[in-house]
Amino acid sequence: MTAADLVAAPRRRNYSSQSIVTRVVIYGLLGFFAIIYLVPLIVMVMTSLKPLDEVTGGNMFALPKSLTFAPWTRAWGEAAIGVSDTAGISGYFMNSIKMVVPAVVISTLLGALNGYVLTKWRFPGHKLVFGMMLFACFIPFQSVIIPMAVILGLLGQIGNQLIDTFGFSFGFGNPTVNLVLCHVVYGLGFTTLFFRNYYEAFPTELVKAAMIDGASFFQIFRRVLLPNSTPIIIVTVIYQFTNIWNDFLFGSTFAAGDQSPMTVALNNLVNTSTGVVEYNVNMAAAIIAAAPTLFVYVVAGRYFVRGLMAGAVKG
Amino acid sequence: MAVTTVSGAVTDRGRRITLRTRLQGLVPKLVLAPSFLLVLIFVYGFNLWTVFLSFTNSRAFTSTKLIGFANYEKLWTWTFESDPPSSWYTAIVNIGIFGGLYIVFCLALGLTLAILLDQKIRGEGILRPIYLYPLALSFIVTGTAWKLFLDPGIGLEKAVHDWGWTSFKFDWVVNPRMMIYCVAIAGIWQTSGFVMAMFLAGLRGVDGEILKAAQIDGASTYATYRRIVIPIMRPVFLSAIIVLAHMAIKSYDLVLSVTGKNPGGAAELPSTFMYSYTFTRNQMGVGSTSAVIMLMTIAAIMIPYLYSELREKRQ
Amino acid sequence: MAFLEINGLRKRYGALEVLKGIDLTLDKGGFLVLIGPSGCGKSTLLGTIAGLESISAGKISIEGQQINDLHPSKRDIAMVFQSYALYPNMTVAENMAFGMEMRGVARPEREKAVAEVAKTLQLEHLLKRRPSQLSGGQRQRVAMGRALVRQPRVFLFDEPLSNLDAKLRVDMRVEIKRLHQRTGATIVYVTHDQIEAMTLATRIAVLKDGELQQVGTPQEVYNTPANLFVADFMGSPSMNLLEGKVSRSNGAASVVIERTGTAPIAFPVPTSANVEALGEGARVIFGIRPEAVSDVESVSAKSKSVTTFTSDVEIVEPAGSDTFVVTSIAGREVTARMRSDSDIRVGQSQVFALNLDKAVLFDPATTHRI
Repeated sequence: MTAADLVAAPRRRNYSSQSIVTRVVIYGLLGFFAIIYLVPLIVMVMTSLKPLDEVTGGNMFALPKSLTFAPWTRAWGEAAIGVSDTAGISGYFMNSIKMVVPAVVISTLLGALNGYVLTKWRFPGHKLVFGMMLFACFIPFQSVIIPMAVILGLLGQIGNQLIDTFGFSFGFGNPTVNLVLCHVVYGLGFTTLFFRNYYEAFPTELVKAAMIDGASFFQIFRRVLLPNSTPIIIVTVIYQFTNIWNDFLFGSTFAAGDQSPMTVALNNLVNTSTGVVEYNVNMAAAIIAAAPTLFVYVVAGRYFVRGLMAGAVKG
Repeated sequence: MAVTTVSGAVTDRGRRITLRTRLQGLVPKLVLAPSFLLVLIFVYGFNLWTVFLSFTNSRAFTSTKLIGFANYEKLWTWTFESDPPSSWYTAIVNIGIFGGLYIVFCLALGLTLAILLDQKIRGEGILRPIYLYPLALSFIVTGTAWKLFLDPGIGLEKAVHDWGWTSFKFDWVVNPRMMIYCVAIAGIWQTSGFVMAMFLAGLRGVDGEILKAAQIDGASTYATYRRIVIPIMRPVFLSAIIVLAHMAIKSYDLVLSVTGKNPGGAAELPSTFMYSYTFTRNQMGVGSTSAVIMLMTIAAIMIPYLYSELREKRQ
Repeated sequence: MAFLEINGLRKRYGALEVLKGIDLTLDKGGFLVLIGPSGCGKSTLLGTIAGLESISAGKISIEGQQINDLHPSKRDIAMVFQSYALYPNMTVAENMAFGMEMRGVARPEREKAVAEVAKTLQLEHLLKRRPSQLSGGQRQRVAMGRALVRQPRVFLFDEPLSNLDAKLRVDMRVEIKRLHQRTGATIVYVTHDQIEAMTLATRIAVLKDGELQQVGTPQEVYNTPANLFVADFMGSPSMNLLEGKVSRSNGAASVVIERTGTAPIAFPVPTSANVEALGEGARVIFGIRPEAVSDVESVSAKSKSVTTFTSDVEIVEPAGSDTFVVTSIAGREVTARMRSDSDIRVGQSQVFALNLDKAVLFDPATTHRI
């Protein structure tokens, strides 16, 4: 081996051997794509901070000449949404929260229990049951939406009768309750999948040890599994939260007018056919609609990606 | 523990505990049962119901009058009815264009970004979240942003004109024939980061010793990727294609928001076709038939994939 | 009546029978080691005693009380798992007290019991830590502490030392032995390590394919293995096994081992074998432990019956305290144990002495000892 080989050998082994030109090209490409991915968001933010005449008359890439927060306050509390009486998107934002919180809690809890049973209390046919629940993740909602509409219509009639008799609907026919039902049912496949895969790798000997220690089915779940499930709980909650918050199809089909969730209201605001299009207000509303999920992404991006991967790469 | 000396007492106690143990054995199944029942009814039951509806003459309301394959025949003739195009023909052509572009570009962009990021990049921790954040947005927000960005009156075309290139023309988002391409652009922007994350996880999962062996064999970086790394990642390609195909077929809200409620049905997809025939055109029979076709397509993609994934796990 | 009694125990998974009628007893204070190759059913057997595995047929009782259908927590047993199975979300003290908590034992009593056991096992300074903050040996100790604190009737150990490194394994082995001697606990212990089995057990049960091969004291199992499997499985290096024939002349029976090229080795039937059963020309397998094969000076001292043969040395393995020498007879490898100071070289011709007091004969047809 010559001296030259000795010098060259370690250099070839790592990436820093790439020539400076290559490195520049790599960083250049990465930077270029980063800009492409960021531009729509930047334009949205800048547009939302400009007065309307500056939006329609100026360049969308230009920084706001006269900074204004009026579009934000308009979007939040004043803008007309479709034909509804409620002004601004604040009410719809609350609708979404009222729908998301129970739907996420219920579907996560059920998923955790299902995963626990499907891994630690197996019974003949557990694989078929899991397979059937897994396939439920992937059906197009179009293929269940008509029966769902019929059933929810029926529940609404029951609710009306209950109001006639008791003066209270007990949640029957309530759009928020309906949407929670939809999201729990069609989210179960994913939450079960997440927890099943996590508990699959959870040491069964711990469950056996707890059995010998005298813990019951629920005590084992509450005292041994749940305290050690924090990562998968975070992943599941984020995944469910993002999906349910961002849902449009169920929201637009089963909740009308004032009861609509955020996404539906935003679509009505943006695609309204009457009056002047207030682009700046639209963008402010869009950013508000995206804020909760974006916030979750920024705070817990790692778990966010993990959930997506787990939801995509099955097994 | 007290030792019972009277044998009668022992068996008596033993028997009682046995009964209780047997009841306890039912608890796991009872816990799983509600979820499974929900899935059975709301997924499998509803799908069958939709299949049934596709054989009826349901219009504004569900009907039980069977009309055989008439709805399917209708869709089948529409499949080829291109002059003037039926909305089903448009939907089929569009899903081909949209799905094809969406899958190909997401894969290409995702793989490129993943490989670039895998070159020991400083600042990977900043770049990765930038490529991924669109995933946290709802399709409605994405569509709203891109609709503004591509709007010829105030968006990209106007900005380029302002910069001096006055002959530049980019009006796809308002041009009915090109709208579907804008939907594809927005979709690719939203999802390619996710595909990047999948590929990056795949790249990071490649055994480091294999790469060292390739270097000792004298393979260049290019050859290492082309001949070793990418072939090893074949399962990731498969997963990504399946996920993307599934998302393309289910795409619904993106079309509405990018195009502004899909004017004139120019950007029709099977998902929007189903919705409009069922809920606005009062042809529920035809709508459910298209839903069944969507379901069958997804089942044809997902079932073999899920089956092989679950089988691999078993080995 | 034995303390722990297992009668006709069978366990089936569908068509597959993994335990084929096990009969075992263990006295109070006994230390029973279940040993066998992987897949022999030893862990399953332990699981049935614990109640973690249901049984298909048979009976398990402790102190005459049948426990077949009792829930694991009602059997008054404690178990130490291979992975220790410490609850990662609880401190050492909480781990140890969890079983009592589930049984509704009051807090002061729990704390007292934990403190006592922690003192015995020198865990006092670790009580506030979580399992992830402990070393492998410490986790092992906590797992034992968790079992001890409950003062159960029977302790079950499932390969508790297999996750430790060699040095720690020896230390913990001694500790378990000391613990057993001091507390007089009744223990059932599963392992695949025959040194653990020999050193710890008062009784060894050798299993293969769900069937008991032999049950006895370590000495019985080692010196008079019931069949070829036990002979081969127990001991390291394993027993030398050579094919031979019985020859009878003048009423005395001898064993003849044919060799190619040289004169056969012939010697009287070992004292352990039942001479009457052996007819002229009967095929036998002659088994002798490596320590009973040595040079002439080492072997002859106390043994009543010795025979010698000459063979070429093929491999020399110095093991520190001893030197193992491998030669071959009629194509079969024979390992001999020599003193570590013996000057033996590969290729040299060596006179080996067989101590026939320690030799056994097997029937090749049934594989049983004669």
